[in-house]
Amino acid sequence: MTARDNPRQHTVVIGVGNEFRRDDGAGPAVIARLRALQPGDESLSGVTLALSDGEPGRMIDLWEGTGLTVVIDAVRDTAMPPGRTCRLALDMLAGVTDGPASSHGIGLGDTVELARALGRLPARLTVLAVAGRDFGFGTGLTAEVAAAVAELVEQVREIVRCPGLGRTSGFASQHDSFGRI
Amino acid sequence: MSQEAGRTITVRALARVEGEGSMHVRVRAGAVEDVRLEIYEPPRFFEALLRGRRHTEPPDITARICGICPVAYQMSACQAIEAACGIEVPDAVADLRRLLYCGEWIESHALHIYLLHAPDFLGYASALDLARKGRGLVERGLALKKAGNAIMELVGGRAIHPVNVRVGGFYRAPARTEMAALAQKLRAALDLALETVTWAAGFEFPDFQHDHEMLALITPGQYAIDRGTVATTGGLSFAPAQFEDYVIEEQVPHSTALHARLAGRGRYLTGPTARYTLSGQWLSPVARQAADAAGLGAECRNPFRSILVRAVEVVYAVDEALRLIERYEPPAPCYLEVPPRAATGHGATEAPRGVLFHRYGIDAEGLITSARIVPPTSQNQASIEDDLRRFVAGRLDLDDEQLTRQCEQAIRNYDPCISCSTHFLDLTVDRG
Repeated sequence: MTARDNPRQHTVVIGVGNEFRRDDGAGPAVIARLRALQPGDESLSGVTLALSDGEPGRMIDLWEGTGLTVVIDAVRDTAMPPGRTCRLALDMLAGVTDGPASSHGIGLGDTVELARALGRLPARLTVLAVAGRDFGFGTGLTAEVAAAVAELVEQVREIVRCPGLGRTSGFASQHDSFGRI
Repeated sequence: MSQEAGRTITVRALARVEGEGSMHVRVRAGAVEDVRLEIYEPPRFFEALLRGRRHTEPPDITARICGICPVAYQMSACQAIEAACGIEVPDAVADLRRLLYCGEWIESHALHIYLLHAPDFLGYASALDLARKGRGLVERGLALKKAGNAIMELVGGRAIHPVNVRVGGFYRAPARTEMAALAQKLRAALDLALETVTWAAGFEFPDFQHDHEMLALITPGQYAIDRGTVATTGGLSFAPAQFEDYVIEEQVPHSTALHARLAGRGRYLTGPTARYTLSGQWLSPVARQAADAAGLGAECRNPFRSILVRAVEVVYAVDEALRLIERYEPPAPCYLEVPPRAATGHGATEAPRGVLFHRYGIDAEGLITSARIVPPTSQNQASIEDDLRRFVAGRLDLDDEQLTRQCEQAIRNYDPCISCSTHFLDLTVDRG
C-alpha cells in the first residue's frame, strides 16, 4: 500500500494565494517550483501539490485525513521585513483569526479553527509564511519575496522528508493577518 | 447610544488587504445625514490587462478576478467573444455550460448561507462559533458546497479557476459514466438543499423593505443563469448589447469605484432577490414549492430574506443540474473553432451575486482592443448605501457596537464579493 492509498500517511502541500496580487502569489510560485522538481525528487514522490484560494471548504477537503499538510501563504505583517519566512505549527495558529466581522470570506486561522471544531484537521499541519511587501494588483513577486521562494521550496522538501523536524517561531503572537486575497 | 461630540468608531470588518473598502455613517442632530460606501474594483485592472491579448484568453484571465465566481467571468467572457465573432455554440455545449454554472451557484450560495450569513441570524459571532455549537449545521453546509465542487471539478476540470472552459466550448466533455456518478452526489445534495430552505425559513428577519428597481436577466420559461434578456421590475427590457445604453457608470466624489445607475431612472439592485422577483415563476416545481413553503411570495424586497432566496436558488441549481445530467449526451465536437473578426461583442450572465456584464472589442487579428467588465457588487453600491441610510435611521437608539454589527449584517445581505469589489472594510459611525 502506498502513502497515497493510505490517507493517514498521505502528504499534501497547498500553495495559497492569488497570482494577480503580486506577493500574494508566493504560495502558487512555490507549488510551481515543486511541480517542476517533483519528477526527479524522491522526497516529493506521492506528495499531492495543490493550489488554493484559501476558501475554507476546499482547504478542509484538501487536508482532511492526511498525515501531513504543509500550507504556504503570504502574510502581511509590519513586524516582519518583506521576504522573511517563518514556520507555524498547528497549535500556533489558534490565535491567528480574522475576528467576527468578516463580510465575505474566512481566513486561514479561522479555517484551521473551523476544521478543529469539525474534527477535520490533518494529523499534522505546518504553515510556511512569507512576509509580503506588495499585495496590489499585478503579476510578479517583489524581489524580496521572489528571493524567498527557493528557501520555501527547501523548507517544504525538508518537512516532507522529516515531518517531525524543523524550527518554528513565535510568529503567531506578532502576526497581524494572512494576506490572502 | 453615544452622543459625545466627534465620537467615531471604527471596526475592521474584513481582515484582508488594507484600505480598499470602507463605510462611513454620519449622524447629526439625531438624523442620518450621510452614508458612504467605498469599494475597490479589481476588474478595472483586468480591463487594462486584457488589451492586446488574444481573443481566446479572456475566459482564463478573467476567471482569476474572483475565486468564488470564476465560472461567471468565464461564461460572460465566452459569450461576449463568441458574439463578436458571430458564433453561436450548439445547445449541448450551452447545456454543459449551464451545468457548470449550477455548480458555481451551489458552491457560492452554500458558502455564504452557512459560513457568512447564518451566524448573524442565529446570534453567533462567526461560522466558527456556529461550528462549535452546531457542528451538524456547518457539516451540512460544507456537504452541500461539496456537491457544487464536484460539478466544478468534473465539468470545469478543477474546483477553482476552472481550466476546461474555452471560447467556443470545452476542451473535454465528461463521459456519461462520469455524469452518472455526479448525479448520485447531487441527489443527496437535493435533500440537503431542501433542508436548508426549511431551516432558513425559521430565521427571524428584520422588518425592512426597499423600493429599488430590480434588474436581472430573464429567459421566459426558464430561471435565468447563463444567458437572457436584461429586464427590470420597472418594465425595462433590453439585450446585453444595449447594456451600456441603459446602465451608466459614473464617478462619485467619495469613492474610487464607479457607481452604476439606470439612465434617467437612478439606482437599481441586481442579485438573487432581483432574479427571484423577475424569474420566480420559472423555478422548477421542487424549487417553487420550497419557496412557497418558506413563505416567499411573488417578490422579495426585504434584503435580509436574501438568505432564503439563496437557499431556494441552491435547490433550483441542484435540481437543474440533475435535469441537465439526465439528458446529457457528450457534445461532439465539444467546441467550435472561433476565428476572429474585427467586431465588438457583449455578454451578460447571472453570477451568484447578480448580472455580470462583459464587452470586448477585437481586431481582425484577434487582439483585444478594449474590454469592459461591470460586476454585480459595484452595480449594487448605490442601493446598498440607500438601504443602510434607511436602516441606520431606524436604529439610532442602538449603541455603536450593536449598530455596527447590524450594519455589517445588512451589508452581508448583498454578499459583496471580496475579489470583485472589496477586500477590507472599515466601518465608521460618526455621531457628531
